[in-house]
Amino acid sequence: MNTKLSRRGFLKTAAAAGAVLYVGTNANGAMAASSSSDAMLNPFVKIDSNGNVVAIVKHFEKGQGPATGLTSLIAEELGVRMDQIDYEFAPSDPNVYNNTLFGPFQGTGGSTAVSNSWVQYRTAGAGAREVLIRAAAEAWGVETTALDIQGGVISGSSNSAPLGEFVAAASALAPSESPRLRDPSEWKIIGNEATRRKDSPIKVNGTAKFAMDVQLENQMVVMVKRTPQQGGKVIGFDDTGSKDVKGFTMAQTLPTKHGVAVYAENTWAAMQAREALNVDWDMSAAETRSSQEIRDEILAALDNAPVYNVNKADQSAVTAAVEGAATIVEKTFYFPLLAHAPMEPLNCTIEQTADGDIVLHDGAQMPTGPHMAYQQIFGLPGEKIHIKTMLAGGSFGRRATPDADYQVEAALAFSMTDRSRPVKLVWDREDDIRGGYYRPAVGHKVRVGMDADGKIVGWEHQVAGQSIMKGTAFEAFAVRDGVDHSTVEGVTENPYIIPSMAIGLTDTEKATSVLWWRSVGHTHTGYVMEVMMDMAAKAAGIDPVVFRLAYLASGKDQQRKAAVLRLAAEKGNWGKPADGNVQGIAVHKSFGSYVAEVVEISGNLDDGIQIEKVTAAVDCGIAVNPDVIKAQVEGGIGYGIGHAMRDQITLDQGSVEQSNFPDYEPLRISDIKSIETHIISSTEAPTGIGEPGTPPSAPALANAIAQLDLRVSELPMNENGVAFA
Amino acid sequence: MALTLKLNGQSHSVEAEPGTPLLWVIRDELKLTGTKFGCGVASCGACTVHLNGEPVRSCQTYIEDVEDAEITTIEVMDQDKIGAAVQQAWIELDVVQCGYCQSGQIMNAVGLLRENAKPTAEEVDEYMYGNACRCATYQRIRAGVLRASEILEA
Repeated sequence: MNTKLSRRGFLKTAAAAGAVLYVGTNANGAMAASSSSDAMLNPFVKIDSNGNVVAIVKHFEKGQGPATGLTSLIAEELGVRMDQIDYEFAPSDPNVYNNTLFGPFQGTGGSTAVSNSWVQYRTAGAGAREVLIRAAAEAWGVETTALDIQGGVISGSSNSAPLGEFVAAASALAPSESPRLRDPSEWKIIGNEATRRKDSPIKVNGTAKFAMDVQLENQMVVMVKRTPQQGGKVIGFDDTGSKDVKGFTMAQTLPTKHGVAVYAENTWAAMQAREALNVDWDMSAAETRSSQEIRDEILAALDNAPVYNVNKADQSAVTAAVEGAATIVEKTFYFPLLAHAPMEPLNCTIEQTADGDIVLHDGAQMPTGPHMAYQQIFGLPGEKIHIKTMLAGGSFGRRATPDADYQVEAALAFSMTDRSRPVKLVWDREDDIRGGYYRPAVGHKVRVGMDADGKIVGWEHQVAGQSIMKGTAFEAFAVRDGVDHSTVEGVTENPYIIPSMAIGLTDTEKATSVLWWRSVGHTHTGYVMEVMMDMAAKAAGIDPVVFRLAYLASGKDQQRKAAVLRLAAEKGNWGKPADGNVQGIAVHKSFGSYVAEVVEISGNLDDGIQIEKVTAAVDCGIAVNPDVIKAQVEGGIGYGIGHAMRDQITLDQGSVEQSNFPDYEPLRISDIKSIETHIISSTEAPTGIGEPGTPPSAPALANAIAQLDLRVSELPMNENGVAFA
Repeated sequence: MALTLKLNGQSHSVEAEPGTPLLWVIRDELKLTGTKFGCGVASCGACTVHLNGEPVRSCQTYIEDVEDAEITTIEVMDQDKIGAAVQQAWIELDVVQCGYCQSGQIMNAVGLLRENAKPTAEEVDEYMYGNACRCATYQRIRAGVLRASEILEA
């Protein structure tokens, strides 16, 4: 992908065909090196005798940075500069490329790309360095300890050679089980703010290939006319109108009967032919409720005793503590359904090879999902199914569904053809907004009891909403004692030390298909916790920063959270807004990382408010690529604030009312005038960064708006009393 | 209908029905995939190309209306002085995240700098308002346009 590197590589390869060194894990899972890709089926790094180094990146790139991050880890340990290493996305192979935090499952999620690869990828790079140095030491008759690799050159004891010279010899050696990792004092790339993204050059000149850009010879484009209400089934269709569209091929009811697949020669023909198709639907089993009913059900659940006592609290004791308190601060919150709306609409392309293998071209967030589903659909063993991971134009969680929804839809459409032509499934924006899989609607009801000194003496917290995990393959992973952890995370495991806390949960009935959405449960728990802390601080008459710090007084977890809070307050001029402005602050831990944000706004509720500045402080352990971290915090803030300002998905008798960006309006450039991010220096292992910037953003904004005497407890804000300039 | 398009300095004979959006001719017929499909209703700007040097949304530009126009896409922006400066600024500041909207952002930014070589931050926001970025790289888009302006001035 680096043009200069590839061109040079091509010239040298033409001059001298040579060995290739592969370093990865062998069949037993041990670190191994090899000269053949057969013996080392799937490595983490490969180096040819011309010195071309390629990192094999096991996580897909949706903008969050693993193509840079994982490549950085290999480059750092091996001893090459970032401009001397290229990257490729790994094939689907959960035995080698599994997410080490997910078990035998290859996938990206939970902000784990760097954290689960941190040791693994550095070890692979160090293993490659070790065998190259051993080969060179033997040839030169010197001790290995006298040699190092820097800038792609092995040198020491008056010898020096490009690493490519020893690739052949090194590929016959086995690296030790735990090759020496470089001391942090040796790091040149990790922690270096100047490290640039590997994928910037191709993304500014139109050459980056997303799944949507796959153009296979003779491919057909398929678009699906789906049921407007979830649960609707096709009875039949009339494609008379479609037949008038030039380029229309055929229409077929999907075996699932949730829609009719329309096949055409190109995308525009598919769009028009689908538009012209008439479908008869059986809606007898379809969802018919509207958002108001779903909201009523959730709010009613909050008024009853919770089904699950999440933290096994003595609930009546907590209630007594709250009710006996000098002051009770209470609030009920409601969060609507939200769509992910990644910039690149969902799509993927399937082809069958001459050998009968199936190849899926996909911005694959969880390759193991479609890989397993395809074995069933096509009746093929896993090794006959290949997934080529393309760049993904965003995801925010949407490309990872437990049922591999769009990949399965494509496979079903493909399997209804004679398989002689590749099939590209394309969703348009309306399909995306209406096509199911939303952040669930959730309600919270909280009562905080405070004594006469303004100290919290009891915290009663109820959550109600539709479970994301129950009924999916992830249930065993995320549901314990009936509690879907993803609904309450952020209330549970919150570092605040709060005396006498009871957390209750009630699952509400399925209203639509729901899914993790950037930061999952923290999207609403962070909001509720931080708005409640703000309300409690105000009730106590104590500065919100000082108030929070009292509940973070001791313990490492608490101190890390306190440190970002202090840093954001300091850098954001907390308490000293510009004339006429007001500020709000929030801090939240998610995915192992701590983020605090100060939001400063101008304007007023009558004329509209303007977000002037967001100042963030983050502790995500060792900052592998600091500038990527800053970008993720900037993006996480924008994603959180944009939706809180004005987005919701609503149902009218089971049909989604929104359809495209005009009524699911994205954050725009003028909505936030500036964002500044500060990173805490840390020696802790890296933790998540794709998601943690999101949770504190909306409550920090809400807490700023509260300074104008409006406490927003239901989202989106623009439907609940807030006008934006 | 058969027609001839002047695109990126070359003539292309294409076959397309009247009413076909320019976007789909560029992507599916001419196989230039740098121009992106994002919404189809001109509300995201991912499909932005230049028509006689000015940014337009190719998803709402119809093929029968552009036969006499000079069409320019992201693929040749490096040959344009302003385009090259914007690309350089984008790389310097690592503006991109997923990158899917960035061809359109860059095409629109070039349109702005052609009109206004020295825009203020407010003018950038105003001109770039219609280009959505779901990754919310706006902070860097704004800085990138201002940086490109500096590069061009130097």
